[in-house]
Amino acid sequence: MVHGELWTIKEFFVYPNEYIYWSIQIVMYPFMTGLVAGAFVLSSLYHVFGFKQLKEIARFSLVFSFALLPCAPMPLLLHLQQPLRNHYVLMTPHFSSAIAAFGIVFMTYGVIVASELWFVYRRHFVETALGLRDRPRSLTETLRYGMARMLTLGAWDVSEPALEKDEKAVKVLAATGIPVACFLHGYAGFIFGSVKANALWMTPLMPVIFICSAVVSGIALCILTFIVISQGRIMINTWKLKHDIGTPSPEELKSAELTIVTQTSRYLLIFLVLAITLELLDLIFRGYTAVKSWDILRSVIYEKDFVNIFILQYGLGNVVPFLLLLLPGLTIRRAVAGTLLVLLGVFMMRWNVVIGGQAFSASFAGFMEYRMPILPTSMETLKEGVFGALLVIFTPFVLFFLLTRMMPVFDTKDSH
Amino acid sequence: MISRREFCHKAVIAVGGIMIPLTALELFDPRRLAAEKGGSGTTRWAFLVDAHKCVGCGFCVKSCKIENQTPYDSNVSRTWVERYVVTKDGNTYIDSPKACRDGFTTTKIDQNHQGMKDIRTEDVAKAFFVPKLCNQCDNPPCVQVCPVGATYQTEDGVVLVDRSWCIGCGYCVMGCPYGVRFFHPEHHVAEKCNFCYHRITKGMKTACVDACPFGARRIGNLRDKDDPVTKVIMTERVNVLKEEYGTKPQVFYLGLSMEVK
Repeated sequence: MVHGELWTIKEFFVYPNEYIYWSIQIVMYPFMTGLVAGAFVLSSLYHVFGFKQLKEIARFSLVFSFALLPCAPMPLLLHLQQPLRNHYVLMTPHFSSAIAAFGIVFMTYGVIVASELWFVYRRHFVETALGLRDRPRSLTETLRYGMARMLTLGAWDVSEPALEKDEKAVKVLAATGIPVACFLHGYAGFIFGSVKANALWMTPLMPVIFICSAVVSGIALCILTFIVISQGRIMINTWKLKHDIGTPSPEELKSAELTIVTQTSRYLLIFLVLAITLELLDLIFRGYTAVKSWDILRSVIYEKDFVNIFILQYGLGNVVPFLLLLLPGLTIRRAVAGTLLVLLGVFMMRWNVVIGGQAFSASFAGFMEYRMPILPTSMETLKEGVFGALLVIFTPFVLFFLLTRMMPVFDTKDSH
Repeated sequence: MISRREFCHKAVIAVGGIMIPLTALELFDPRRLAAEKGGSGTTRWAFLVDAHKCVGCGFCVKSCKIENQTPYDSNVSRTWVERYVVTKDGNTYIDSPKACRDGFTTTKIDQNHQGMKDIRTEDVAKAFFVPKLCNQCDNPPCVQVCPVGATYQTEDGVVLVDRSWCIGCGYCVMGCPYGVRFFHPEHHVAEKCNFCYHRITKGMKTACVDACPFGARRIGNLRDKDDPVTKVIMTERVNVLKEEYGTKPQVFYLGLSMEVK
């Protein structure tokens, strides 16, 4: 069977070789890079622009961005027909292709995030190592000690001037990171926006739309994860309090959590407004200019994909969370619902771009429908089906958990 | 202060250090990528389709599948023939069942998921066939978007795919406005018509040209002014497909109707 035939349903006239070649993993790819870029931008808002309210979540989102990072190329690997040749992109990049720059941009970004993390956590590594050095250790402590020692990279100086230098480095890295993060994602938008053969994709607005929705989704995921973890801590502290172990009281934690969530969601709203404005501008412009492709695009947008675009993406994914987060007296519960819906909205936006862009034939005389494989019956349906998508979604959380073993995101003493 | 000697010393090291990765890139860069656009050679392959002559027998598709080892029963093909039926009320119906491998065996139009559309003969205003194949564009978007340079244009104008280098990302498939590309069901890499490059470079015609009993398909060399195909392209009213994409297609059509997509 031909790749794509399994999940493509053709209607009217479609060129014989046309199938939905870019499936769920290509939906996941911009979704994941968007989360990476968004989480990083959120952390930079504090480090570079000094938005003090974001201090708590800045450290958190930086680590999370790093955990998300390896999961951005994952969907691409799962999608390639020749995954073992992936390194050819790095070895023989053909620079007229937008994809060729992926390796370079991605690695540059990875290096920036990794070094920023190192500067943020250097003091913590040194203190951990010093604290464990001169006393008997259990096996896990020995491991921790070894890791911390290694992670200091031999830089043991934690005097005031040294820490000040660290802080400066963090600021510089966070500042350089913003354009790189935007580039990483903006150019994912460029990959689509520059395909002149695809009437739905081809618009110079695509990179900008991608960046805005990326920041929206990144912030939403950070808020959501932050709430989940904070709630966990509140539960633990309530239990501890019952057993007379002195910790911050649950009330203190709760109010701190709500303040952070409220303030962060304001930034989310700003970017959400930007993203929606641009998307609507694109839609209106297409309808107004009504070039050759508009007839088929109109039937895709207003008929075939109406539910996906107007109900799920704009309605449930944009308008409802916008109201939820904007109305005064934000509660944690509302924030959870709001951020979940925002994530749904951004996911649906990616879906409507990637799958929607293939919902019509290049002949403009027929349609293609995507039926996502659910049960994995072959390697192909395993990789490019629900299972593959879930794998990509859950990996960053596992990585985040592992990272926080060495880089705690709560209750840290240092100044960053 | 840095001394002059020290400065020179460090500069040499720095330049050398920068050069190493650059030369590494150079080493891996396939020479063919630099193949001159426009070319200076004596050959530029072009194709001429006379849509008036096509009867939709599908011999071209059949012979192409066999010659180029595209699995015979797979629902993809390097070349195909489309049938257009325009009714008196102005509707256009198009189909290409099995890429027309077996010709058109029924008057019903294959609307894929919508089933077979029966059109009464008296309602038909006009009907015709249009063979399609890779346009071997002068400005090929597929070559532009390949991230590893696995698809490239030869000096004589044909766009080829290196099966040992294609990573199967599908960007070229997406980038082609003509829908000629697909993934080979067995090799799992991008696949397309290459004007039977293995044949034309040995002085033979393409499989489809040889198989066409009506002379609807012809191949020629645009740089040879005496080539009969070149003469037709130069002197007659020919057309190309989807000119608006700026791809500069090199498959020319005689008798192309405005309904053709």
